[in-house]
Amino acid sequence: MFTRFIAFIFAALLALQIGTGAQAQEAQITDRSATGGAQTLADILARQEGLKIDDSFRSDNLGGTGGSVPALGTRGSASDPDLWRAIRYGKADAGSQTNGSLGPVLIQDGGMAWYEFRAGPLSSYGGYLLLGTIAALALFYILRGRIGLDAQPTGRTITRFKAFERFSHWLLAGSFILLGITGLASLFGRKFIIPLMGHEANSTLLIATKFIHNNVSWAFMLALVFVFFLWVWHNIPDRTDITWFAQAGGIVGKKHPPAKKFNGGQKIIFWSVIVLGASISASGLSLLFPFDMPLFAKSFALFNDLGLPQMLGAGELPVALAPQEEMQLAQAWHAIVSFVLMAIIIAHIYIGSIGMEGAFDAMGSGEVDEAWARQHHSIWVDEVKAKETPAE
Amino acid sequence: MKAMFAGFAAIAVICVASWAALTNMGLSTQSKYSAPSVRVD
Repeated sequence: MFTRFIAFIFAALLALQIGTGAQAQEAQITDRSATGGAQTLADILARQEGLKIDDSFRSDNLGGTGGSVPALGTRGSASDPDLWRAIRYGKADAGSQTNGSLGPVLIQDGGMAWYEFRAGPLSSYGGYLLLGTIAALALFYILRGRIGLDAQPTGRTITRFKAFERFSHWLLAGSFILLGITGLASLFGRKFIIPLMGHEANSTLLIATKFIHNNVSWAFMLALVFVFFLWVWHNIPDRTDITWFAQAGGIVGKKHPPAKKFNGGQKIIFWSVIVLGASISASGLSLLFPFDMPLFAKSFALFNDLGLPQMLGAGELPVALAPQEEMQLAQAWHAIVSFVLMAIIIAHIYIGSIGMEGAFDAMGSGEVDEAWARQHHSIWVDEVKAKETPAE
Repeated sequence: MKAMFAGFAAIAVICVASWAALTNMGLSTQSKYSAPSVRVD
């Protein structure tokens, strides 16, 4: 359900885009009597501008079949243009030696839109998001500096995370960083690696990154399951989070709001990792097993049934998607959600390393100084101490 | 730090194991596009 919920946001954005195109189309209802019903210059120009036009006058104009006009032979009254039009709209009665519904799709013009989205807005806005996050953190570091310990270290330590918790964290962290780097290399290789190192080097590099990306993904998914079950109980929102957020977590200002094992900010990180990580995993599996796990047509149909895109005034989402379109949407969604999670994780890495004194010990050795624990997780320390002290 | 290095080592092991398993099962994209009379390599 998480994946479907997240996919809805994407679908809503897509619906808005489709809706905008539909509005533009309404402005120009074309009279095709001059061309005998064939497309006009206005149709061609509208298509070249990327406007969505109602092209049913072409997609339904496929000529007569052999069955309908037997005297004319196997193709009936269908001409060559009729045949190619049928192929172009995926309506030809075609067969293929390749498996499933994939092979007979000989022309799939959605590929160009996907390619342009991938090379344009996806790369640009994704890159800006990551660079902007790094710049914002650098500025924050300059203004706020490192969050230090207010009290002197006591020398006494408390076990913050046990060995399996740390193992699971690093399994997830290491795999995510590898997946992030290799994913970015795949997306930006053409733009940045080829000009620097040439086509051959880029090809070799991307073959390696593909191997890493496809196979390390299993470690990520396994670790995601581990951390979910390890920490979900501690990440259920409660009233202490309200205080924590009201005081900006002590990150801004000098106050240190009380917190349990995980504070409000950490809960945001946890649920971001779980929800976005699950969504990335679902779209990733769809890409790992091409054409076997289509996600979008079913999700779009569900949203249409719920009336959600219609509520946004965008009409119904497309539900008849070619297998290739499913893969294109899966790739776009995979990358969009990954960019968002990468930005969140960059902030998490910052606060867990240079941003806060003593924070790394929690995941390094697993032992934190009692003074650090009291400053950042005072309720949790009291809970731990209460368990250690035998009841009188 | 042992847990961290164990996590990193596990990533390497899982990576190689999944590659071996998926290749043996014929689940690569390449094999999806292939058929007995259509090779993509």
